[in-house]
Amino acid sequence: MRARRPPIEKADYYRGVRMAPYDLVKELSIALVGMLVVVLLLSALLSSPDVPSATIQAWAKSDPVDFVTTAATELAGQSPTAQYGPPYNDGSGSIQGLGPIEPQQWAGVHVAVNAPLDFVLEPLAQSTTGNPSLRAALGRFDAASPAQQQKWLNAYIQALGSATLANAEVTVKSGAYGPVPILMTQLLGLARTGGLDALLLTSDHFYQTDYSKPLLFLGDGGYFSGLAQAQDLTGSQWGMMNETGRYPGQAWLWLFTLWYQVPPFTTASNADLLVVVVMTVLSLALLLIPFIPGLRDIPRWIPVHRLIWRRHYQHTG
Amino acid sequence: MTETGGAGTPPSPPADGVAGTPVAEAEGGWTAAVRGRLTSRLSVDELLPARQPAYVGSWVYVFGVVTIAALVWVVASGCVLALMGSAWWHTSSLGHFFNSIHFWSVQMFFIFMVLHLWGQYWGAGWRDGRAKTWMVGVVIFLFSIVTAFTGYLVQQNFDSQWIAVNAKDAVNSTGLGGFFNVLNFGQMYGLHVMLLPIGVTLLVVLHILQVRSRGVVRPIGDPYVPEATAGGVTAEAGR
Repeated sequence: MRARRPPIEKADYYRGVRMAPYDLVKELSIALVGMLVVVLLLSALLSSPDVPSATIQAWAKSDPVDFVTTAATELAGQSPTAQYGPPYNDGSGSIQGLGPIEPQQWAGVHVAVNAPLDFVLEPLAQSTTGNPSLRAALGRFDAASPAQQQKWLNAYIQALGSATLANAEVTVKSGAYGPVPILMTQLLGLARTGGLDALLLTSDHFYQTDYSKPLLFLGDGGYFSGLAQAQDLTGSQWGMMNETGRYPGQAWLWLFTLWYQVPPFTTASNADLLVVVVMTVLSLALLLIPFIPGLRDIPRWIPVHRLIWRRHYQHTG
Repeated sequence: MTETGGAGTPPSPPADGVAGTPVAEAEGGWTAAVRGRLTSRLSVDELLPARQPAYVGSWVYVFGVVTIAALVWVVASGCVLALMGSAWWHTSSLGHFFNSIHFWSVQMFFIFMVLHLWGQYWGAGWRDGRAKTWMVGVVIFLFSIVTAFTGYLVQQNFDSQWIAVNAKDAVNSTGLGGFFNVLNFGQMYGLHVMLLPIGVTLLVVLHILQVRSRGVVRPIGDPYVPEATAGGVTAEAGR
């Protein structure tokens, strides 16, 4: 085993080096004041972004067809969240892996989400007081076989493609949908009042800070991504680089978002995992530069240091 | 052994604290070892020298201290925002102004941290036994990215909703989604206002102590020559 090299004493290290007065505290003080002036000016002149959060209520009011379509696919278990897989449920729709290596599977379900129950049936069940038609529709739906439920839902989802909006109600052509139109109309009404926003947060606790369910539900619809598209926030728009209102975003993640714009990441079904792996390798390389031949030698080969220590080299030649 | 407690002489405490134990033996514990190491490497003279090598007179060295200045205002504005509650800045113009200070301080912090990082890369700041200093700096950079990311998640506006919904897939793909749930505001808020800033601050303090205790790396092409081999030809140590 190689003996550990003792640290170099600073006095020894600086031996023969020309020393000059240097006021560290004064430098820090000037930097503090200068930085404060800069951020105060930027804050006063440019402010900061704060576009209000999207709500399920606003979604139901401004795009009821999209809301009902999303809710119907949740109830049918066909939405991205319903089929996601860990950590939300036992689906497999969004599981990413590298060959047989699927870390998403290893961790299992930790944030349990049952889309048909959590997003549709439970909120409706809590709204049946004084609403016999809803209670009856829920009873009929629950009593039907899973195959019958899917038959109703598939027919209804297909009909929603040509749905019309009249008097704030989503209307589809006549068909064999069972109780589904009643359930969806009631859920739309509940969402319009803002009740669904609250019901999706309901848990066993009085205090609630976990927005997993309402965010997943919002994320499944087209309304939410439409809002993001209008604000230039989507992935294809390099959305990570900016916030709403064209404010700078997490520009330091430019390399992370760059990978999503180039093949094979653009078409890979496991693009997220691939990008994470690539960025982990690159981060480790950055961390270990002092030990990587070639990478650690570039500063000697490309003489940017001649600019950094220009005056020093003028003295020493 | 000197007698103590005689008439007119106040009793003095035993030098070692354990009767009959020689002083040298008592000084040989962990505490003494840590104290000895700290005082030898972190004296006030080492921490706050009035003179620096002349080669430190370069604009590149300003980036580090400006990064620290930005961090101070990030933390200060963040403390005000935390003190007033997570919803305050959405309803108060003064709160919004403090959020703007926080927002722009963070942008400045990253701009100057990246400039500092590039400056240290092109100066090969890890030479002569400074690899750990470089590595702690990189860890600060990575830690800061996670801290800022959680900050974007807890803004309680459309940006945080969108970032959370999109980021979940990358986090979930690693298997960490159940433990680091970006959709859980409470978890992200706790991390952002408490654990992560404390981590960044402690790492920055460690980084500064590393720089001050070892001194500033010499310019490339002007290598350190150990006293024992001075006069001979040596490679740049710790490349």
